[in-house]
Amino acid sequence: MSDVLANSKAADPGDSLAVLEKQRSLAETFGIPLAVLAELTHRCPLQCPYCSNPVELDRAGSELSTEEWKRVLSELAEIGVLQIHFSGGEPTARKDLVELVRHASGVGLYTNLITSAVLLTRDKLSALADAGLCHVQISFQGTETAPADRVAGYKGAQHRKIEAAKWTRELDLPLTVNAVMHRQNLHELPEIIQMAVDLDADRLEVANVQYYGWALKNRAALMPTLAQLEETTRIVEEARERLKGSLAIDYVVPDYYALRPKKCMGGWGRQFFNISPSGKVLPCHAAESITGMQFESVRSNHSITWIWQHSEAFNRYRGTAWMPEPCKSCEFREVDFGGCRCQAFALTGDAGNTDPACALSPMHETIFKQAQREAEGETNRFIYRNFAGGTPETGENGG
Amino acid sequence: MAGPRHISVSEASRPVLPRHARLKFDETRQVWVILAPERVLAPDEIAVEVLQLCDGQRSVGEVIDQLAAKYAAPREAILTDVITMLQDLADKGFLTEAREKTP
Repeated sequence: MSDVLANSKAADPGDSLAVLEKQRSLAETFGIPLAVLAELTHRCPLQCPYCSNPVELDRAGSELSTEEWKRVLSELAEIGVLQIHFSGGEPTARKDLVELVRHASGVGLYTNLITSAVLLTRDKLSALADAGLCHVQISFQGTETAPADRVAGYKGAQHRKIEAAKWTRELDLPLTVNAVMHRQNLHELPEIIQMAVDLDADRLEVANVQYYGWALKNRAALMPTLAQLEETTRIVEEARERLKGSLAIDYVVPDYYALRPKKCMGGWGRQFFNISPSGKVLPCHAAESITGMQFESVRSNHSITWIWQHSEAFNRYRGTAWMPEPCKSCEFREVDFGGCRCQAFALTGDAGNTDPACALSPMHETIFKQAQREAEGETNRFIYRNFAGGTPETGENGG
Repeated sequence: MAGPRHISVSEASRPVLPRHARLKFDETRQVWVILAPERVLAPDEIAVEVLQLCDGQRSVGEVIDQLAAKYAAPREAILTDVITMLQDLADKGFLTEAREKTP
């Protein structure tokens, strides 16, 4: 998903509308985030090779119960969270989803469903709408049925997604199409934009894969070429202008090709946290990939506010005091906060290093060249995401 | 299916916030906010007042009449400001027009 609420492009200075982040300096106070991602489960019928869940998935038996989630939702609303994103895994795999949406709406939260949509029926969606659901985001793997189903590792996925998107609009729920992009589907981008228009979506997220966890395992099969990326940017910019006022397009680029790292999560512990299926409060949905860190749970004796403000994990990379060189003396240290901790860990072995996506990182050149080689390479086979730690693709696909 | 989304705001328009955007008073931060997918927006006082009147029933002309009466201000001065603000909101996808429900 895109950086929650970190988008600054919605408003110009002097507008009657300001993005709240800009107006209030949450950076100074580490105030409670405006939106929280609730990962209800890691169970999912799809096996996308770029899944944002950790490689080490939470089992069904460790998931928070309905009552535990309700308590958490009430607590979130009470401390000032305004939006809740129900995600997963596949959130509709939870039998109590309607009940949780109703509870969240009841305590005043704006509720968003982030779904693969393959388990939805029209009745289920209708029940969710009646329970107060405010918005539906459906992920797409492409526009062409066979290649899209192949990426999802689920036969019939594309067809079900299209159906669910239509029901969403029939029920007058706002729709975001989330298109996850990589080397093997970037050529479909013009058709994806048209699909979003045809489905009457309000928003389209053109989200290039971010390379940690499962996606890092599959980097050689997914990494786009620089030429592909430049073409993508051109297509997005053209479509934004053409569709102004009818389809909003958010665009996330893979940071391997940037010179400056992304301000991941708006900075560690600054404006985002998520809650994992087993109740861990995390600074980022990939944070558990950093081994050796202890994250507090909503099942502990601590309040969520205490965990956010005082837990060791949230404070370890918060602000700028933890930074080594070249971040420490860098003029951009409060612009990007050193990039992504999970990526630094995955690529350098130490989450406290500068994110190698940054041109100032001593590892940047090596990693960029490696990505470029992979992008030009012939490896197209996936390792599918599952509870067994991944299964290599078989059959005639790929090379 | 909905018709064309992009609206051109005039005195005759009957605008309303689209379903994905909710105007709400945030008790914790003591500010008005518009909640939308992946965004929380902070409208200024005037925008809040105008948006509270945009219920899909009142026309922009009527909204302006009401504001002109309330603030004893010349109608023309308000008209331009309100239409500019609403058009800006519409261009960003945060304003729609009331439409007949399809059965």
